[in-house]
Amino acid sequence: MDEAESDAGCLVTVRNLVFRRGNRKIFDGVNLDFPQGKITAIMGPSGTGKTTLLRLMGGQLRPDSGKILVDGQNVHALGNRDLYELRKRMGMLFQSGALLTDLNVFENVAFPMREHTRLPESMIRTLVLMKLQAVGLRGARNLMPAELSGGMARRVALARAIALDPMMIMYDEPFSGQDPISMGVVVKLIRELNDSLGLTSIVVSHDVHETNTIADKIYILSEGKVVGEGTPGSLIRSTSERVQQFMTGAPDGPERFHYEAPDYSGDLLA
Amino acid sequence: MFHRLGEATLNSFEKLGRGSWFLWFTLRGVFEVAARPGLLGAQIYSVGVLTVMLITVSGLFVGMVLALQGYTILSDFGAEETLGVMVAASLVRELGPVVSALLFAGRAGSALTAEIGLMKATEQLSGMEMMAVDPVKRIVAPRFFAGVVSMPLLAAIFSTVGILGGHLVGVGMLGVDDGAFWSQMQATLDYRDDIFNGVVKSLVFGFVITWIAVFEGYDSLPTSEGVSRATTRTVVHSAFAVLVLDFLLTALMFGDF
Repeated sequence: MDEAESDAGCLVTVRNLVFRRGNRKIFDGVNLDFPQGKITAIMGPSGTGKTTLLRLMGGQLRPDSGKILVDGQNVHALGNRDLYELRKRMGMLFQSGALLTDLNVFENVAFPMREHTRLPESMIRTLVLMKLQAVGLRGARNLMPAELSGGMARRVALARAIALDPMMIMYDEPFSGQDPISMGVVVKLIRELNDSLGLTSIVVSHDVHETNTIADKIYILSEGKVVGEGTPGSLIRSTSERVQQFMTGAPDGPERFHYEAPDYSGDLLA
Repeated sequence: MFHRLGEATLNSFEKLGRGSWFLWFTLRGVFEVAARPGLLGAQIYSVGVLTVMLITVSGLFVGMVLALQGYTILSDFGAEETLGVMVAASLVRELGPVVSALLFAGRAGSALTAEIGLMKATEQLSGMEMMAVDPVKRIVAPRFFAGVVSMPLLAAIFSTVGILGGHLVGVGMLGVDDGAFWSQMQATLDYRDDIFNGVVKSLVFGFVITWIAVFEGYDSLPTSEGVSRATTRTVVHSAFAVLVLDFLLTALMFGDF
């Protein structure tokens, strides 16, 4: 039944998602489709719950209503065992990298393999070196996470995310806090890995320029709703004020510059 | 004020509930830990072995002080020869389990809380979940069982070194008869009453301290302030729990009710 509802060619579908935190509605009836083999970006101002969305997809949070189908399976209807099986096929790149600080680069990439497979040591070594080569850090295998720059840590985390050859990768703000060079590296890696490994990529970001260069499809979220969707080109030409404000980075618009406050002159004279 | 009191009570019961659930999940990790003794070994090293030095030195001095204090009192009654019994019984029954548990909470418990709390704050636990690795089984359970295993051994080392310290002062410095020191101790100390009960105490202490430590770490707010508060709570709550439980256990074991 679930399979029938998910659009053909979509690896992940989100239907009528509602998620509250306290009284605040983070998502209010969101519908999203993530086509297989493509890079789909979720954009929106900070605080619109983009990271929350990834955590919902990974089953770390439960929605108040609505559902998320990943590869035809309803994530929040799965038992713990099935959820863990599903997660083995989902890679996630955390904003901080989330490397295990007591293991070196090699062991970090080997970690999922050691946990989930019974491969012989020689095979693990070959695989780890291949993954590290793909992100250009084969030579850094003996470094500890504390010795890595932010950009390198993210690349190691990326090598770890693809360690088990997942069907999809979720990137949480992959471009934030990167210098121009490592930004270029990340952009190139996301595109290359997506195409060469046949992955489905989901990128959560607020960096308009970088996202436009790699995304096949973009959703713009604001105040719990999808306010724009389409290819990068079509969004730039969009007539929606919210989309325009976000794409051009105008300081004031439908998204207010001022946090909600009482009348200014009245407040000063009070 | 009543409102606050009620809220605080509800909060602490809620936390106790969460803690119990957490303990249950941790205990279920026993199979995982049994299947991978390497993980347990590494944690016994960092939780237990690294605490041995502290325990040894403290035990030595506690034993020496006991002999010194005990001698002045016992000699008033001309009972210096029972010094060995006095030192050994106080150590094995009380001071060994209790003092080593307090030291263990300060050295190993706080380290466990800070480690797990920081792993949480840096998204390492969350990242593990997304790699389909259950952090409670992979991270928490080995640390918990390492603590439970280490505590009785540490208490035993504490008592042993303490007795040697007592011998050093009592026999070496104060001139108590060597033979009497040991033979009185052997004749009086009972395996079940004294030694076994002491081991039970330290097992209970180890269980409770490590439970508090791993839970506080796992439950801490993922900020630097949250981790520091959790670490403080671990030490304070463990020390409190150890002292209260010691009274209860002593009453159960030795009390004539």
